[in-house]
Amino acid sequence: MNPLLYLLIIPGLTVAGITLVKDMKQVRLVAAVGMSLQLLWSFVLLYWFYQLRAAGHTEEMLFVSSTTWYEAFNIQYKFGVDGVSMAMILLTSIVTFAGIFASWQVAVLTREFFISLIILAGGVFGFFISLDLFTMFLFYEVAVIPMYLLIGIWGSGPKEYSAMKLTLMLMGGSALLMVGLLGIYFNSAPDGGPLTFDLTEIARIHIPRDAQLFFFPFTFVGFGILGALFPFHTWSPDGHASAPTAVSMLHAGVLMKLGGYGCFRVAMYLMPEAAHELAWIFLILTTISVVYGAFGAIWQKDLKYINAYSSVSHCGLVLFALLMMNETATTGAILQMISHGLMTALFFALIGMIYGRTHTRMIHEMGGLMKVIPFLSVVYVIAGLASLGLPGLSGFVAEMTIFVGSFQHTDTFHRVATLVAASSIVITAVYILRVVGVLLLGPVKNEHFHELKDALWFEKLSGVTLVVSIAAIGLAPLWLSNLIREPLGQMLHHLIN
Amino acid sequence: MNWDQLFFLRHEILLSLLIVFELVADLSDSSARQSLVNTTIVLFAGLTVAGFIPLANEASLFGGMYASDDLRILLKNILNVSTLVFLLQSAGWLNQSQNSYKTGSFYLLLFSTLLGMYLMICAGDFIMLYLGLELATIPLTLLAAYDHNLRRSAEAGIKLLMSSAVSSAVMLFGLSLMYGIYGSLHFSEMSQQGAMGGSLGVLALTFFIAGLGFKLSLVPFHLWTADVYEGSPLPVTMYFSVVSKGAALFTLMLVLYRVFGQFTGVWSLLSYALAVLTMLIGNLFALRQKNLKRFMAFSSITQAGFMMLGFVNPEALGMNTIIYFMLIYSFSNLAVFGVLSIIHNRYGKEQIEDLNGFYKTNPGLSLILLLALFSLAGIPPVAGFFGKFFLFTAAASRGLYFLVLIAVLNATISLYYYLLVVKAMFINPNDQPLPAVTLTGAERLALVLCVLGIVVIGFMSSIYGYIQTVVG
Repeated sequence: MNPLLYLLIIPGLTVAGITLVKDMKQVRLVAAVGMSLQLLWSFVLLYWFYQLRAAGHTEEMLFVSSTTWYEAFNIQYKFGVDGVSMAMILLTSIVTFAGIFASWQVAVLTREFFISLIILAGGVFGFFISLDLFTMFLFYEVAVIPMYLLIGIWGSGPKEYSAMKLTLMLMGGSALLMVGLLGIYFNSAPDGGPLTFDLTEIARIHIPRDAQLFFFPFTFVGFGILGALFPFHTWSPDGHASAPTAVSMLHAGVLMKLGGYGCFRVAMYLMPEAAHELAWIFLILTTISVVYGAFGAIWQKDLKYINAYSSVSHCGLVLFALLMMNETATTGAILQMISHGLMTALFFALIGMIYGRTHTRMIHEMGGLMKVIPFLSVVYVIAGLASLGLPGLSGFVAEMTIFVGSFQHTDTFHRVATLVAASSIVITAVYILRVVGVLLLGPVKNEHFHELKDALWFEKLSGVTLVVSIAAIGLAPLWLSNLIREPLGQMLHHLIN
Repeated sequence: MNWDQLFFLRHEILLSLLIVFELVADLSDSSARQSLVNTTIVLFAGLTVAGFIPLANEASLFGGMYASDDLRILLKNILNVSTLVFLLQSAGWLNQSQNSYKTGSFYLLLFSTLLGMYLMICAGDFIMLYLGLELATIPLTLLAAYDHNLRRSAEAGIKLLMSSAVSSAVMLFGLSLMYGIYGSLHFSEMSQQGAMGGSLGVLALTFFIAGLGFKLSLVPFHLWTADVYEGSPLPVTMYFSVVSKGAALFTLMLVLYRVFGQFTGVWSLLSYALAVLTMLIGNLFALRQKNLKRFMAFSSITQAGFMMLGFVNPEALGMNTIIYFMLIYSFSNLAVFGVLSIIHNRYGKEQIEDLNGFYKTNPGLSLILLLALFSLAGIPPVAGFFGKFFLFTAAASRGLYFLVLIAVLNATISLYYYLLVVKAMFINPNDQPLPAVTLTGAERLALVLCVLGIVVIGFMSSIYGYIQTVVG
């Protein structure tokens, strides 16, 4: 059996296990065991992947298997990974693992919570291993829909509004996407022959230019909505702010990456001509996302909103870099996906933990947390420094690569866009340092804060996992960039010629 | 006539025998009537199974008035399965004391409509089709008015009768124009003659579609739907929205694809307009509903709009996806109504807000309702996703991407109101949710069948494959 399938089977068995056990403690234990196995298996796959590459397997995709599903439409269960999707799988399993421990104390409907969370993660895994557009789309929707219940039941604040807004906007995105995918499907055999949803097959043929120009915006915007493309980002701040901790982590950390990944793997890769012709429109939009998100974060007073706007900015940077369409910039984009995924997950985890203690997320109501909860505060500072791009942490590697790559374009338009987007680095520093100053330093504002306890073991586990991953990328980026460079090179070759 | 040919009529003959049985049973004393519900279910289950026995099906009987082939048998079997689930779900309601004295007549009327639907599907001639349609409609008005001591039920019956009469008249007018043009009402003769009559032919076709559009509750022929759905007893509403709608859809499909193949340009264009109108209006009205039956009425109008998407593709793909979608829609809708009727029988509640906090007390039923609503909304991994995706594929294969866009956006809108029900069950707080329900065996069996249908059909590509081979 295809080893990738275990990435779906393990979550499936975990869900089944959760339905069988009795109380909250057993539920979270099963969830933790399942997702630890998943993490372990991802590492095994990564190692295996390296071994195969080292042994001279140079095919575009490894672990490929394909079974016909709907013969009438030539739909297949086709799975396979390249370096980029391998990296995304790793990210997903790390964030899911950390998310399980960050939600260790969910007391209301624990069973349902973990089931929905794991279904969501399963959808994401399924998406990243699929090579068939139909199954990909199916998993995309499976990943989106549990979000409604997760935010609606376990969320906070205006949770019902946020849950509905998020679900409808993302489903609206998938509506556009469906048109795009059907368009690709019906143009997948311009010279006659069977139509196909197979990603690698379609990449080999040339979709007629008119069709590309028509369907590219549908596909790109459809995925772009999930990647918080301006002006379709409005679900993101509300959704993230209302979601429970683990859901914010998974959503900002992983699900938004699914948008960027889709934009690149499906929209741009399959429709290169349209990508070239229309890139300027989306480049303007993403530049706006980057700067607007950063400015938005400055104005916010709620920790979650700050981080949600910062995610809009950082995810905007992912799309921005992808649209630059050169090797350095796209490598940076993938690095940024991973880096931001880990970083933002860490942020949301910490915010959840701080909120669990102080019962407020308003920064002006807090202060001096460094004195009372030093562990969480230090980790918060690390996350902040990663976010503003301090060398030695993952954010620096990613952003540096992106801007070096985008500066390789010598025309005025790209230069201006790059400069404007790069200005977000400064703005990021402003809001991160402001929060660190107000929240962590200074005198303890509230007497009752003195009684707060620092992180418990599961919180430490969750935080340390993410910090270690961030530092691993920051200190030794080569193992990751080598993993993604090769497939990116192939895809860019296709995209540029 | 060769006696072997009676096998082709096996559905009709068995059902007629069942009708006679109900008639006789209704005469017996009340103690025997108690077990009538169970006996009927068992007998009908036998009939359903018998329908699946593979025999030679290709035939044309009674001078071409009656036609039978694999496709028609399949369609009748789909209706049978839906009806079987329906019988299981309505058993609880019929066993209630105020209804039990008229159980026999309920079944009598019900099976008469089903017989009418068989004849609609198997018609080889418009006269036969019309006879079937009337047989399927008139007893249905009685069923709508079945709670005759309730004012709204009686009103629903009258409304249905009046609007059915109008729709029949419209359809008859179309048919008489056709007779004038073709000089015949035989399907085979008409399809051989090609497009005739110019604009008069188009007019006749339009009237015909309008007539069946009433049954399918397509906009702008939908005005009776919400009132009748709300007024009728809940099981009857279920029957309307699944079996009766299915029969009308299948009839329309058979006639358009098999008889009016020469008019594809006309009816695919009409379907385009009807699809857009129906989806949009159905959605807009469904958004504001508070009553679950009215809600389901508008939801089923919207779903009919989606079904019309298949008709814009006059090739076999269109037919395949229509049948496939209807099959999935039946199971989904039956599951929704199954849960609703369980609630209605126990507590007499039918507002959305009555479901607040339902998950706390009835997690199983809430999950089934959740799955069924997701299936109607077209969310994977349940079957509705596949049904919708393939319908959209059928439309897209004609290059009608704009229509597909409208349809998917409508699917998103419909998700909003389906989520409102989900929200009521899972999210809205309620100190006194409806107490836990103990299911009867029949209800349990019905729900299991529905959930199986919703979950399995999507993943079993062989079901679609079978439909494809049968359509040919």
